[in-house]
Amino acid sequence: MPKVKYSQKHEWISVEDGVGTIGITDYAQGQLGDVVFVELPEVGQRLDKGAEAAVIESVKAASEVYAPASGQVTEVNESLADDPAQVNADALGEGWFFKIALADPADLDDLMDAHAYAEYVKGL
Amino acid sequence: MRYLPLTDDDRRRMLAAIGVESVDDFFRDVPESARLKEPVDLPRHSSEMEVERVFTRMAAKNLSPDTVPSFLGAGAYRHHVPAAVDHLIQRGEFLTAYTPYQPEISQGTLQCMFEFQTQVALITGMDVANASMYDGATACSEAVMMATRINNRAKVVLSGGLHPHYRDVTATMGRFLGLDIVAAAPDWQGKENPARLVDGETACLVVQNPGFFGHLRDLRPLADACHGKGALLVAVVTEPLSLGIVESPGAMGADIVAGEGQSLGNALNFGGPTVGLLAVRQKYLRQIPGRLVGQTVDTDGRRGYVLTLSTREQHIRREKATSNICTNSGLCALAFSIHLTLLGEQGFVSLARLNHARAVTLADKLAALKGVEVINETFFNEFTLSLPKPAAAVAEALAGMGVFGGVPASRLDPERSELEPLLLVAATETASPADIDGYVGALRQVL
Amino acid sequence: MAAPETTFTGNRGLQLEEPLIFDQGRPGRSGVDLPAAAAAAGDRLGGLERQGAIGLPGLSEPQTVRHYLRLGQKNYGIDSGFFPLGSCTMKHNPRQGEKLARLSGLASLHPLQPQSTVQGALELIDSCAHWLKVLTGMPAIVMSPAAGAQGELVGLMAIRSALEARGDARRRVLVPESAHGTNPASARACGYAVESVAANGRGRIDMDVLKEKLGSDVAAIMLTNPNTCGLFETDIIDIAQAVHDAGAFFYCDGANFNAIVGRVRPGDLGIDCMHLNLHKTFSTPHGGGGPGSGPVALAESLAPFAPLPYVAHGADGFLLVEHEGQGGGKPLGRVKGFHGQFGMFARALAYMMSMGSDGLRQVAEDAVLNANYLLAGLKDSLSPPFEGPCMHEVLFDDRFLAGTGVTTLDFAKAMIDEGFHPMTIYFPLVVHGAMLMEPTETESKETLDQFIDALKGLAERARKGDVAYFQGAPRLTPRRRLDETLAARQPVLRWRPAGDKTVE
Repeated sequence: MPKVKYSQKHEWISVEDGVGTIGITDYAQGQLGDVVFVELPEVGQRLDKGAEAAVIESVKAASEVYAPASGQVTEVNESLADDPAQVNADALGEGWFFKIALADPADLDDLMDAHAYAEYVKGL
Repeated sequence: MRYLPLTDDDRRRMLAAIGVESVDDFFRDVPESARLKEPVDLPRHSSEMEVERVFTRMAAKNLSPDTVPSFLGAGAYRHHVPAAVDHLIQRGEFLTAYTPYQPEISQGTLQCMFEFQTQVALITGMDVANASMYDGATACSEAVMMATRINNRAKVVLSGGLHPHYRDVTATMGRFLGLDIVAAAPDWQGKENPARLVDGETACLVVQNPGFFGHLRDLRPLADACHGKGALLVAVVTEPLSLGIVESPGAMGADIVAGEGQSLGNALNFGGPTVGLLAVRQKYLRQIPGRLVGQTVDTDGRRGYVLTLSTREQHIRREKATSNICTNSGLCALAFSIHLTLLGEQGFVSLARLNHARAVTLADKLAALKGVEVINETFFNEFTLSLPKPAAAVAEALAGMGVFGGVPASRLDPERSELEPLLLVAATETASPADIDGYVGALRQVL
Repeated sequence: MAAPETTFTGNRGLQLEEPLIFDQGRPGRSGVDLPAAAAAAGDRLGGLERQGAIGLPGLSEPQTVRHYLRLGQKNYGIDSGFFPLGSCTMKHNPRQGEKLARLSGLASLHPLQPQSTVQGALELIDSCAHWLKVLTGMPAIVMSPAAGAQGELVGLMAIRSALEARGDARRRVLVPESAHGTNPASARACGYAVESVAANGRGRIDMDVLKEKLGSDVAAIMLTNPNTCGLFETDIIDIAQAVHDAGAFFYCDGANFNAIVGRVRPGDLGIDCMHLNLHKTFSTPHGGGGPGSGPVALAESLAPFAPLPYVAHGADGFLLVEHEGQGGGKPLGRVKGFHGQFGMFARALAYMMSMGSDGLRQVAEDAVLNANYLLAGLKDSLSPPFEGPCMHEVLFDDRFLAGTGVTTLDFAKAMIDEGFHPMTIYFPLVVHGAMLMEPTETESKETLDQFIDALKGLAERARKGDVAYFQGAPRLTPRRRLDETLAARQPVLRWRPAGDKTVE
């Protein structure tokens, strides 16, 4: 099983073989409401941990998605352009945003595990 | 006072209900030193009659182009506006509505804007248009900013045929945003090739068609040159009626069209308010500034309209918005749309032909005058004369004889001496054959 | 017999369905007759004649009039009823302004006819500017900005020009959280970084936070006063002092000037720069989204940088200064085509002259009285987050709906069925589920009483748990709630002919 970790900004990252798949959490999609548009990074783009990587829009709000770890973008989820509703329907699966080749696995150390994130969300 | 419904008795009862002694209590958060004890030093209130008297007197001090033959253009054109247009836009349901944030009770404005967007897209030959900008000059600067966002470049080339106000507004905006604005010299002869200024750093080239001096231009070679360098072609149209008979910028390869819509439905108003047009290719939709109306359905499945893609805008995106524009030119856009609805395809094309015919007739008659040269080989309803005397003095002398003969080019660019003999002359459908003959006679006298 | 649920036409009495013009046009149909063009000697189009049809629909005049009249009936304007949209000052639009702005000697003037032939028009601009200068207590006013947001931008451009002229380029502009979105957007458009300033528990600027944020790279603070919580910034003079001590400028967003017009002069508060929305305080119609007009009042320190053009007093009358060097100062350039929203100046001037110094003062008093009357009438049924008194608008949050399942949006939609235009909702951002109501001075006590009764009734209905009623509202409108998600996910921004497969 790949290791999934969560950020305080409500991104998740799932790592397998040095490549992290990144999306937003179910809690985040619920807060945003119906997602209508997603602006993704470019493949090849280098992202620093904490940098703005994508933008997610609902009808009345736009939010930034931040890179939970540093690395180079290897793939983006092109299907979100035609069907952004996947983010609402399956935030942790089909609704993923982009993948990065991790620059430093230690970037994940300060992220939360599923239990810690669930507790964090309860406190919001 | 006629606009205030509260009576003194109402005020007393309301203060009692609130539980305060006087309205002064409501102003207690205002620092004492800043509370005015007396009305400011301005006249007291006036009746309708008194106000009307002052306005009538001010209006009478002006020479209205309604009362004399007028051939003024340079980005603002006098056309006949059908009576129905001005009647309809004064209906309170349009005149006194707000921006349609509550779509269930704003379907009128929203459908009108949807129709306007479609009309603008059709005449410009573009995919989509927004619900209007302030005016042509600001639409031009917004188009430029949009181009710089799209390809993330900072150099902008402005053709010498661009209206000087559009050039200056874009230059002001560009200076504060750190853009590199390269403005070509005024191209009064219609011979420039601005494509030579476009390079791999260029965000866009801005070209006006018909140009400020009236020349028509095939945009296709410019579009190709821009696209070859990864730059966008921004086409500016200050006389939208030209689109009735001149090939559309969209068909000639423009990526963004910025325009002035005053010619349709709107009075000259001494230059404002008017209505800016902005139309783009579909792929640039997310970068368009201003409001957009989109079609959707209501909970009963009936077709309806809403403001959409609002996350581009300042009220949601704040400092990351595509523009700071909020209020646009809604009512002027409505006037534009109603006029175009009345004209229809047939009327729009016929009106454009009529304008062109009047301008050709006038140009030929003026060219026959001694010392007068018509610079243009091509034009729509406006062309440039070269005169043997300074054009500003000629225009002033003609006005003294009761003819508005044109706009001296030096009025907009006084520091350029080569423009001194040049007069921009526009002939619309409002110039009757008698007006044209009167103008020719007057100019003969003045020269 | 009971009224029919549906009709064959889809119309419901006076609620008439109206198709798009594109569904009504027929080839050869037109609503204008044009004189025949005398045959000219060939065209001068240089081979650039349009190829192919445009596709514009044409309607006759009777069809056109009916089309727009029917569409108008689907709109709610101030003329229709109570329109308490907060921070928008939806007051009555006097019809005299419409009449006078259309005088041929004003409406038909060309912007570039010789100045000797427009002395009356220049006088009108100058008079309008004079009234605004006296009312703001500020020495200079820029008339050309097209709307409030452009006024903000011009004000910031003047500030940046002044700073650069003294060799003190700065980078940041401070904007309170409660500010209108145009403030940060304008600051960005002027090349500044934006920093947000939090409000304190009283809905006002926190002086300690402000002082902490002020530094040598802060160019300006943009403050709305009265602010969008409907409150006057009690510390305003101290704020001005702190801002000036830090070498920065004090920009005031004048959107809420209606609360203080004729009673307080912003110039007396230490403000350096403030735009005015003529379509708010000065009653020019909003027109379903413009045109607006946004003159900017400037302090002496900023006046030399005012953009072109402007009206000056010359030896032989009024002079329109259109170019640098024709007048004094160091103008920051041009921001709009021609000379500003002249037609709006005419309407605003007619309004100011009608009200006069005494009437404008009464405007502020009645606007504030009406707002406080709403607060008094609704404070026990709704939930005001801040202690009163308020100025010309009153803010509520959604605590009174807690646990009911009814949202601010639902509540607003139910107000529509009651015949009111809802207040501003979800703005300002500083309270949860905001409801911002601005009654203006042009509403009668009877209207306010009816509104208060209706809202109390709705609040009671919400408390009783009738969630479905609210979620299904509105029911009595030309359209019910519209699917905004669909509109944004699959944008259809124009009509296309049947069979046109061009991708949207």
